[in-house]
Amino acid sequence: MPRRLSNAPLSSSPPTPWPSFSPTEKGGSLVSKTSQKASKIAHFFSTSPKTKDAQSAAAALLAASKAQEQAFLASGTPMPSVPSLSLPSISLSTARADSANMDEPPTTLFQPPSPAETRKLAKQHAQFGPLNSQSHRYPSRHQGGEFPDPVMDEPPYYYLLTTYISYLILIIFGHVRDFFGMRLKEDNYRHLKARNGYAALNSDFDNFYVRRLKMRINDCFNRPTTGVPGRYITLLDRTSEDGNLHFNLTGTTTETLNMSSYNYLGFAQSEGPCADSVEEVIRKYGLSTSSARSEVGTSDLAVECEQLIAEFVGKESAMVFSMGFGTNASIFPALVGKGDLIISDELNHASIRFGSRLSGAMIASFKHNDMADLETKLREAISQGQPRTHRPWKKILVVVEGLYSMEGTMCNLPGLVRLKKRYKFHLFIDEAHSIGALGPRGRGVCDYFGIDPSEVDILMGTLTKSFGANGGYVNGDKATIDKLRVTNAGTIYGEAPSPAVLAQIIASLRLMNGELIPGQGEERLQRIAFNSRYLRLGLKRLGFIIYGHDDSPIIPLLLYNPAKMPAFSHEMLKRKISVVVVGYPATPLISSRARFCVSAAHNKDDLDRFLAACDEIGNVLQLKFSSGVAGGAPPLAEGVTWELEQSRKRLEKHDKVAKSLVHVPRWSLDEVIKRGVQDVKVPLR
Amino acid sequence: MDSQEAQEYLTNFVNVTSTQFHKLPGSAIFLRYVKSSYQDDPVRSAVELFLVLFAIRYLLAPKYSTKPNYVKLSEEEIDDLVDEWVPEPLVAKATPFEDAELEKRPVIVGPSGPRSKLTNGRTVTNLASYNFYNFVSNENLKERAIQTLRTYGVGPCGPPGFYGTQDVHMKIEADIAAFLGTTACIIYAQAFSTISSVIPAFSKRGDIIVADKAVNYAIRKGIQISRSAVRWYEHNDMEDLQRVLAKVTKEQAKKPLTRRFIITEGLFENVGDMADLPKIIELKLKYKFRLILDESWSFGVLGRTGRGLTEHQHVDAAEVDMLIGSMAGPLSAAGGFCAGSDEVVEHQRLSASSYTFSAALPAIAAVTASETLMMLQTQPELFVQLKENIRSMWTQLDPRSDWMYCTSTPENPIMLLTLKPEVVSSRRLTIEDQQQLLQDIVDECLAQNVLITRAKTLPAGPSGAKTDVYVPSPALKVCITLGLTKKEIEKSGIIIRHAITKILTRKR
Ligand SMILES: Cc1ncc(COP(=O)(O)O)c(C=O)c1O
Repeated sequence: MPRRLSNAPLSSSPPTPWPSFSPTEKGGSLVSKTSQKASKIAHFFSTSPKTKDAQSAAAALLAASKAQEQAFLASGTPMPSVPSLSLPSISLSTARADSANMDEPPTTLFQPPSPAETRKLAKQHAQFGPLNSQSHRYPSRHQGGEFPDPVMDEPPYYYLLTTYISYLILIIFGHVRDFFGMRLKEDNYRHLKARNGYAALNSDFDNFYVRRLKMRINDCFNRPTTGVPGRYITLLDRTSEDGNLHFNLTGTTTETLNMSSYNYLGFAQSEGPCADSVEEVIRKYGLSTSSARSEVGTSDLAVECEQLIAEFVGKESAMVFSMGFGTNASIFPALVGKGDLIISDELNHASIRFGSRLSGAMIASFKHNDMADLETKLREAISQGQPRTHRPWKKILVVVEGLYSMEGTMCNLPGLVRLKKRYKFHLFIDEAHSIGALGPRGRGVCDYFGIDPSEVDILMGTLTKSFGANGGYVNGDKATIDKLRVTNAGTIYGEAPSPAVLAQIIASLRLMNGELIPGQGEERLQRIAFNSRYLRLGLKRLGFIIYGHDDSPIIPLLLYNPAKMPAFSHEMLKRKISVVVVGYPATPLISSRARFCVSAAHNKDDLDRFLAACDEIGNVLQLKFSSGVAGGAPPLAEGVTWELEQSRKRLEKHDKVAKSLVHVPRWSLDEVIKRGVQDVKVPLR
Repeated sequence: MDSQEAQEYLTNFVNVTSTQFHKLPGSAIFLRYVKSSYQDDPVRSAVELFLVLFAIRYLLAPKYSTKPNYVKLSEEEIDDLVDEWVPEPLVAKATPFEDAELEKRPVIVGPSGPRSKLTNGRTVTNLASYNFYNFVSNENLKERAIQTLRTYGVGPCGPPGFYGTQDVHMKIEADIAAFLGTTACIIYAQAFSTISSVIPAFSKRGDIIVADKAVNYAIRKGIQISRSAVRWYEHNDMEDLQRVLAKVTKEQAKKPLTRRFIITEGLFENVGDMADLPKIIELKLKYKFRLILDESWSFGVLGRTGRGLTEHQHVDAAEVDMLIGSMAGPLSAAGGFCAGSDEVVEHQRLSASSYTFSAALPAIAAVTASETLMMLQTQPELFVQLKENIRSMWTQLDPRSDWMYCTSTPENPIMLLTLKPEVVSSRRLTIEDQQQLLQDIVDECLAQNVLITRAKTLPAGPSGAKTDVYVPSPALKVCITLGLTKKEIEKSGIIIRHAITKILTRKR
């Protein structure tokens, strides 16, 4: 295994691309050794017909640009820009044999590309990594059968204990500092106390946690960035001299591998078909629609966008809004009210809670993803009716998310649909994270499970994530949406989405459904599915405790001890990787975690580099404490079918002998990378 | 025999347990404690024993349901009830008025400039968009937007806390703060959602809000979420405000100090008129309330350079504790902001839901707002011209119409026209009747190629909630723009006036 993945720091600024082209298959060995070199290279071009010409041209192109890229890296100094276009740029892997570029005589292709061209390519690749091999694709789809609840692994008690103790110490220290601070440095505490007859805006009690715990790790949050949040993200470096109270920008930047943005399909790009279409629309439509949708804020773009979304999601009608949070905040009051009941997953997003509370309906919650608990709650609600009056509920709305952004779990849609048939509730799914990120065609959880979208009453989603745009949408049948258009506050008062945002949505939808550049959308979808499984499996095999379902692109890595949050984040930043760490109160007190978002813009090199970083940091911070119950095992031996394995597991569970058979996964990095590509394509265990 | 065995077993058991008990750490202390306490005071031991037993009983007692009158049912009964239950449809059927309303929503093809093209192919004079300064199709702004697109893409793909904060966001925050003269500013991704999150970030259960009765929907929703106690005062009635403040202060005198807020608007969305800020500031200081001022419709409009109500009435913006504004209206960008002190702003970064839990504003909008803000500061003639255009329209409508009058202040480019009270009372018009009449006027204007709109509103609060204290009067909305000449404005004004007369004098 070449150690190219070791995390040698790149130079800070100017931004440099990570050398990401590798013409030979590195870790995976799915491509058989006997296959010809030419066909290997052809794999880089997803849609290129495999003509001999195209192959050699492509190979040459690749070699040339790689050489140049490295030369550029080595030189390290910015080169004078030469305004010439000597080489075609490889955008994604959609270079086509029939494009003009490919007809150039091969000889010219060996000319080194101009520095300007190299920079352009580097910029492109910083936003969207080139695919290393066609084998790094996988369709995201539920494999049938009962949808399993993910197994939640637990660390040894030692870690739980130290976690509690850490919090205890932090809290004690906080109070001690407060105690002395309030006496010795009164000025700093003045705003926390009632003063001149005004109660404190937030009292020392209310914000103790923020002041004394979060402040310590504030530099891991709100990190300012610039440029496109694509495959790489450029951070503005900052320092703090007063314990993270204020930050000063140093003026330098650091380009980091982006494992944090919700850029699932890699549509955060400043070039390419989306950006081109946005530019055109800005020129034509201007900057704003300057009105609410209900008044005169409806443009032909909005109508077109809504039609496309409805078609894509598989519902009759759709509405778009300029903010996802606002979408939820205003849709619930239009759906339910007094005398109705909302039964909500306990981990539902803040916007859902906000909207539910505004609606005036009763709110109950059920245990995260627990269908049995939901059924109990439903039986109780229907049989008991409304409190005090015992009148039957007018209607019950069950609200879940498609994919949970802190857990990486998907909703159990088959289970929900089964319950819906029996208990006649209405079903609302917030697909903020699942739209685009799940399903063989990227159409969310319904697509993933192969369930007709008509089984779900309202499919809501946001456009801030997979689409690289902004805003939210609500889908339903025509009569419902028509009514909602005149009764929901988002349409009546909220500003309409701007033309630029609508153009981005339209273009990304067209790419996803294959209308624009056929093949590219599919490639993006399959890349994110592959990447998600690859990284998740890799991390499990290295020995980390990972939450969530196998196909989910959200990968939480459990850290437990609060002190490991900043340590993990800093170690990653040292290796030029940006990650998100979250702790209490966004998660339960003990399960602080780092949360990674996989993107189609990553390629296997990025993931391997990331795995290497996790491996190193995991050793240093002692994060590898999985017991193996949650996966990370090698695939099944020859001859053992998945069903057989499942029934064996069930038996074991019954007889409580499972523990002895579980191997504790502590694979070496090389081994993980070597087996990764072939193993993610079979059911994971 | 049997009893003997049992006795033996019992002694054995007692022995074993007592040795086990003595092995337990701390058992000696416990025994000593019991012994000495019994010697000193047998009654105390009895009380202690009773307490221990009570505690055990309490802990073991079945958890009684917190739900009163819970009916225990068998599984079969529940199944029956489930079978019988017929839920209502998710949404009610649309009313004919709602159907018509949807049908009539204009769809603009291309830019929504001063002259807009509709889907039916007609080009109309657009007096309905908030395009006051005609920034929408400004070529320089477009170029800047495209430059921004080419460096930032469109969406920041994450909430501000998680790598969604971009340098352009920090710039617009600093720009607005500097413009207003406050120490800090925070931006939100949607103007409409801003104040609904700002209010509950500060005002919690137990706190007190005193608000103008006519405040807009978003403020009402924010108040509802906050769960604070609300007192309403009559719209723009400073004496009533003083009365309410005095009353609250008196009532609360004996209670622990809680946070208290006055909430009002700069230019009222529902009425179009202006708050009396100096008086409110005076009262707020006197009674020790904080002021949340929604300048969504006045920022970028009022004042010599568009700083809003504070500039217009010569009040230091720093006197306002939380000043909320919009970048979506006059600034032709998107999003909202809240300006205030460092403390106020930093608190929101963690506690305002629609900031913390929502993706950041697209860079394009942030840059556009920075640019338009700069244009407002450097081109004071914009305000002069806008005022002239407003005056041209005003003279065509307000004094000359027998049927309608304008409730907006003369500085407000959004003119809200409502039916005169005598017209409403003499014809006994319900709210629905008025809305229908206004819609007919809008349709009539459209037939004459002038696009105006009805002010679209929702009833506030969930049905039956306490917030249902105010129903805005149905109104026509006429938005003035610099994109039209004075002549064109006058001409459109005449058309609107004639349309009003035509609809209100027609025979039915
Ligand atoms: C489940 C869910 N719903 C809604 C939202 C809000 O969407 P937006 O960021 O577009 O406001 C989010 C964003 O984090 C989310 O995770």
